[in-house]
Amino acid sequence: MPPRILQTSTEPAALLPDRFQAWFAARGWSPRAHQLALLEKAREDRSALLIAPTGAGKTLAGFLPTLVELSTQPLTRDAGAKKNLVSTGRSVQRSGGLHTLYISPLKALAIDIARNLERPIAEMDLPIKVETRTGDTPVSRRQRQRRYPPDVLLTTPEQLALLLSSDDAPFLFSSLKRIVLDELHALVTSKRGDLLSLGLARLWRLAPQMRAIGLSATVAEPEQLARFLVPQPDGKERAADIVVAGGAAPPVVEMLDTRERLPWAGHSARHALPEIYELIKANKTTLVFVNTRSQAEMLFQNLWSMNDDGLAIALHHGSLDVAQRRKVEDAMSAGRLRGVVCTSSLDLGVDWGDVDLVVNIGAPKGSSRLMQRIGRANHRLDEASRAVLVPANRFEVLECRVAIDAIAENAQDTPPLRTGALDVLAQHVLGCACGEPFFSDELYGEVRTAAPYASLSRQDFDDVVDFVASGGYALKTYERFARIKQDKEGRWRVANPKVRQSYRMNVGTIVEDDMLKVRLVRSRGSGAGSTGVIARGGRLLGEIEEAFIEGLSPGDTFVFSGEVVRYETLVEDQVYVSRAHDKDPKVPSYMGGKFPLSTYLAERVRRLLDDGRAWGGLPEQVRDWLSLQKDVSRVPAVRELLVESFPRANKHYLVCYPFEGRLAHQTLGMLLTRRLERARARPLGFVANEYAVAIWGLGDLSFMIRDGRVDLNALFDPDMLGDDLEAWLAESALMKRTFRNCAIISGLIARRHTGEEKSRRQVLFSTDLVYDVLRKHQADHVLLRAARADAATGLLDLRRLGDMLMRIHGRITHRELDRVSPLAVPVMLEIGRESVYGEAADELLAEAADELVKEAMDRSG
Amino acid sequence: MRVSRVTISDVTFAADLSGALFWDEQRLLVVSDLHLEKGSSFATRGVLLPPYDTIATLGRLAAVISRHDPRVVIALGDSFHDRSAHERLSAEDRDALAALQTGRDWIWISGNHDPMLPRDLGGTIADEVAIGPITFRHEPTGAHGEIAGHLHPKARVSARGRSMERRCFASDGMRAVMPAFGAYAGGLSVRDPAFAKIFPANGFVAHLLGDRRVHAIAASRCH
Repeated sequence: MPPRILQTSTEPAALLPDRFQAWFAARGWSPRAHQLALLEKAREDRSALLIAPTGAGKTLAGFLPTLVELSTQPLTRDAGAKKNLVSTGRSVQRSGGLHTLYISPLKALAIDIARNLERPIAEMDLPIKVETRTGDTPVSRRQRQRRYPPDVLLTTPEQLALLLSSDDAPFLFSSLKRIVLDELHALVTSKRGDLLSLGLARLWRLAPQMRAIGLSATVAEPEQLARFLVPQPDGKERAADIVVAGGAAPPVVEMLDTRERLPWAGHSARHALPEIYELIKANKTTLVFVNTRSQAEMLFQNLWSMNDDGLAIALHHGSLDVAQRRKVEDAMSAGRLRGVVCTSSLDLGVDWGDVDLVVNIGAPKGSSRLMQRIGRANHRLDEASRAVLVPANRFEVLECRVAIDAIAENAQDTPPLRTGALDVLAQHVLGCACGEPFFSDELYGEVRTAAPYASLSRQDFDDVVDFVASGGYALKTYERFARIKQDKEGRWRVANPKVRQSYRMNVGTIVEDDMLKVRLVRSRGSGAGSTGVIARGGRLLGEIEEAFIEGLSPGDTFVFSGEVVRYETLVEDQVYVSRAHDKDPKVPSYMGGKFPLSTYLAERVRRLLDDGRAWGGLPEQVRDWLSLQKDVSRVPAVRELLVESFPRANKHYLVCYPFEGRLAHQTLGMLLTRRLERARARPLGFVANEYAVAIWGLGDLSFMIRDGRVDLNALFDPDMLGDDLEAWLAESALMKRTFRNCAIISGLIARRHTGEEKSRRQVLFSTDLVYDVLRKHQADHVLLRAARADAATGLLDLRRLGDMLMRIHGRITHRELDRVSPLAVPVMLEIGRESVYGEAADELLAEAADELVKEAMDRSG
Repeated sequence: MRVSRVTISDVTFAADLSGALFWDEQRLLVVSDLHLEKGSSFATRGVLLPPYDTIATLGRLAAVISRHDPRVVIALGDSFHDRSAHERLSAEDRDALAALQTGRDWIWISGNHDPMLPRDLGGTIADEVAIGPITFRHEPTGAHGEIAGHLHPKARVSARGRSMERRCFASDGMRAVMPAFGAYAGGLSVRDPAFAKIFPANGFVAHLLGDRRVHAIAASRCH
């Protein structure tokens, strides 16, 4: 294990020049131990990972080594400065490249950090030029930056990729001394982290002297994260030094002890509204976190309707119009707001001083995630953050309980470091070819210095290069259309300038859901389905996922931007809605949060259930619920899978409790349904939540299990991840979406074409069709492999499902009941509330056709 | 398999799940918008779509031909994605096409993508074909008894928060627009104004291609 530095061996005075000491003193500060530790690491020429909670002066710590180093550089305007001076007419410029790069996941954060840096630089009169570069930076400034780079450039992973693919890359980066990676814990969990790691690998080659500083919240495996910051040697692991900032006061977290009856299901926490309102009223500024946009909408709307005191409460989520979000953020920094209802849109980002309470509604999902959210409550290190958890239903009480215990133990459950994705590698390979031509052998070696790609096989690498060149197809018909070509010496270079242009327009790994603009217009009456012309224009409310709108019929109501609206029509990429006066929307639109319940918290919930003595820490209503379950059925033991079967209203139900999160459960439900269909149990549908899966059908499942016609051990056998999975993947909409993302990131298809962003409706082919054809004719194609790797952890969560099936293999406990059990009630209540899954096309189409017949008959009758 | 039927100008056709129409009496099979070599057409512009679309399309065509054993096959235009697409056909695909043509009449109707069909593809080339009350042409005009293609109709149906999109035949009993048959051929929603021009105001039906049967749903219910 690398050494963890808590104290420096060098005297502060030796690390910090006088100018800096005076500056700290003038502000009444003294440098913190971890800030000095990073200075010492810099002096020792080591890369370092700083693990620190928010409010620890993390950013300043990351930049101090750069500021100190540059404080002694000769002023650029000094006549005798250096040999490499360029006259620009009015002044003289150093022709050296960058000294320090700073990478942030958010462009707003980069801009904010630049502002914060200006202050010490101005106050100490340091000869340092700091600039930002984001997608919004004007072209003229970007060009100037490439010719006359600042000392310190603050930017994003995408902009780094772009700069690396330019001819200026050697000039810009060969002088680089340091790279600072902010919010590293958040960056490395996604494909953006893969892209960044490949950029780092490139930088290590261009600037071997470069050292990295990673800034991160507390994570489960700091040693793994620290590997990200240094080049990985062939076949071995290496990690940067780790510096842990101490001294943060532990947070004070409690669960809302509601006076109301705890709901059995749902996610609205409507029962606790008055109590949430009181919390906002009693504090200066409260951040109210929820898990989804629609929950945010609903909660905001409800709080607003009871806001008799006229408290300044605002709404913030990623789908709101950018201008509207900025307004909220500005009001927040100015201290004008008492409460903000928000989603993960505020998990990261700009520091807001005066938040004194965080309220987390619903399931915490993971202990690290929750700790980071709670960290937003107080940015002064020595004061404890305060947080209140508000479970929205009974299962969430269990989840909140174990999350509070986990926080008390400071137990982290951040995901392990990713294995680098092949679609991202394809994008990077093309980017490399856009810069200097490369040899395959050299690039393969370089790529493997990036921690996520350290174990990349040569076969995978060669397949990716082949894909970038001519599609990677077994049928070699595209050689003459190749995008990159080898010269006589064997170097790969782009075939023509158009390829380079297309790369530049499509760089990045964030594939947005297809979003539609939502506009508020006046209703044109109730004629659902008519095609009358409605008033165009209308106020822009924000954006919404196309997938959600596709599930609606005109006339359906849902909550958006804080009010109940009626879906009128869709024209191009604009959704027209009108104000509805219904109190309850017809379509609940709880599409589930982005993140499922963490494996770690799930395990703790199972342990809590199994340990009756621990129930004392639960509210009485929940204890009673579990005791009743124990009496009429069984409370699942830690390692077993409890399966219950019972009849209800002419249907037969099978409910199981794997506690593996919604995504894995959806996949499980889909596969179980297929198997039950084969066993002639005539399943009709299923519903999944974070804790359980319920399947119902016409066949008497209890009887079939008793009779041996359905063998539960066989039903839940891990072999369902074989043929059944294959068959389902062929038609799964989730898999097709996963494939589409890979196709875009890898550059098979372009998000943007030269000149303009084409409207999605003008796309001339569908990736679903491409998926079908490729699957049938070249099932091992590298893009399908990339999509499968994503399916293991992404929307289908296959890996987790596989782990669960292995865990419970041979440990299934079945209870045959004559009615629904207390534990089954929550998931049963989701039926009809959540959209029912199942992808049987004909049933849905037949239903639509039947309705038509009914309508027709009604009219004639 | 249940046979779904579509009636156009008093002629009843079997609507095949693949998107073909079969006229039993005439033993005549119609397919539209094959868009062969669409993949390689994109490849010339740097979009390297999998080069298997022609194989896939001809494979499905072979299956529907063996199901119905037609005496006549009409390819209703846009059989090739661009003017030089036929030159890019592989030798294997050429042979497969020739095998399909053996023992039956084959009529290529020209479309906007393939207005200048070469003579060496086998079969006859025509701008349109009239048989009894039915006229086959590529671009729909809205005339009585017309079966056309060109528009690639598709329809989306929603129920209970789920939705599904499929290719479909669009017909009001007097005329029809066929779905595209090609593996990479995209679709145009039946709610697009282009369809309103062809079907008079009282509406038409979308016959959606399901997995096991064809479903007739009023176009006004689709989106």
